[in-house]
Amino acid sequence: MSWLFAHLDAFRDSARRLLEQPFATLLNIVVFGIALALPSGFYVGLDNVARFSRQLTSEPQLSLFLTVGASRSDASAIEERLRRHSFVGEFRFVDRDTALQELTRASGMSDVLSELDENPLPHAFIVAGKTADPDLLEALRNEALTWPKVEHVQLDSAWARKLDAALRIGQLLVTLLGVLLSIALVAVTFNTIRLQILTRRDEIEVSKLIGATNLFIRRPFLYLGGLQGLLGGAAAWLIVTIAVRMLNHELAAFGDLFGLSPRLGMMSLQQTGVLLALAGLLGWLGAWMSVSRHLWQMNPR
Amino acid sequence: MITVSHVSKRYPGGYEALRNVSAGVDPGEMVFVTGHSGAGKSTLLKLIGGIERPTSGSVVINGKNITTMGRSSLPFLRRNFGFIFQDHKLLFDRSVYDNAALPLVISGFPRREIARRVRAALDKVGLLDREKARPVTLSGGEQQRLCIARAIVNRPAILLADEPTGNLDEAYGKEIIAMFKAFNQVGVTVVIATHDLDLIQGLGARTIRLDHGGLAQ
Repeated sequence: MSWLFAHLDAFRDSARRLLEQPFATLLNIVVFGIALALPSGFYVGLDNVARFSRQLTSEPQLSLFLTVGASRSDASAIEERLRRHSFVGEFRFVDRDTALQELTRASGMSDVLSELDENPLPHAFIVAGKTADPDLLEALRNEALTWPKVEHVQLDSAWARKLDAALRIGQLLVTLLGVLLSIALVAVTFNTIRLQILTRRDEIEVSKLIGATNLFIRRPFLYLGGLQGLLGGAAAWLIVTIAVRMLNHELAAFGDLFGLSPRLGMMSLQQTGVLLALAGLLGWLGAWMSVSRHLWQMNPR
Repeated sequence: MITVSHVSKRYPGGYEALRNVSAGVDPGEMVFVTGHSGAGKSTLLKLIGGIERPTSGSVVINGKNITTMGRSSLPFLRRNFGFIFQDHKLLFDRSVYDNAALPLVISGFPRREIARRVRAALDKVGLLDREKARPVTLSGGEQQRLCIARAIVNRPAILLADEPTGNLDEAYGKEIIAMFKAFNQVGVTVVIATHDLDLIQGLGARTIRLDHGGLAQ
């Protein structure tokens, strides 16, 4: 029971000290908030892009375009090759006339298209691989390019793979940024706690003389660091959430122009939990390093 | 209860504060440590209280040799003493109540128990009506009494007082000594370091006289 009381006391003491210097506390929380909002904001952005690209490439497929002059019988020959090919799963033939009709209907450019003398579109096939393995589609693409009357083969997942590679680089950069800023936050806390220790020197000295353990002396400082980190994490969450809301507002206006409705997702509950835990841990770590170093210097011989 | 054998203390820099000192204090005894300033009175008290370690020799408290104790058990040893420091060591940013409560907070007592014991201790030294005051607003004698309240709040078996009448006038000094006498009469072992020989005359208490770091005889 006395263990619990001691922790409650230390916690109360830390909270009181934070409130005693509201301006300094606020500044520290802002520093934490901004430093953590940067990597977590970028992370949320990358997460959104990644989710978007996953949505688009749920079924990787090839678009196989014949030359514009290719006839129906040329198309049948290709169809025969596809049917016999072991890599090919399902495929669909898109007639050039049907394609033009669809384009006219979907794009709203009927005026422009009706001006054309002849159909500029080729016959095409949309081909899905037997499996979702991108290497298999890649091989199929290279082979199909050698077939007669095949003008162009587009691997629809190719851009997604490029995006994926770009995302990985982005994630690496965000991680690096996060690590660097985390180190900075530990340093900031180290210094804050050092000042606290200096102003409470007498108290620490007397406490030691009348039987305080190092643990007892450490505790309020550790709580102070952890609490400050936690509040900073909450500030970071607030910054990211406000930023995403503002972006969504703008994106909605932007999307209206193009008939789309893009929306960024907020931080998930799990991400928020990780952010808060990390922030608290960084504050705690900085405080721990500071207290260990400075209490050791103050040990009576 | 306290046995000091062949204790020497040399500080970094070579100054030898104590030289081969042996002394003992029985349970329930009241003993004065006297000598000129710089004779080693404070050092002897600090060695007994586990605040400093001797360079050689041993200090045994209640049958336990504290000179060989690990660093981590020293805090728990110190809780057995009520220590009255020469320079008070009061916390001026805290109230009288909070100053007196510090040893109990350190030992992890529940709040209700702390309140009860702190009020009892403040009552004993006559500061109960000043519990919300800041130590700066107290007179020298009142500050000394607050130190005593803080030392006895833990109900220690041994009180160690370093110059408790240091800069008080004679009447106040006598009052403080009478207070210690009263604690002694209810069974507390009391060790008081003082240079003021007039104060202890007629008390009939034993004295340990130090001279230049050694026992005087």
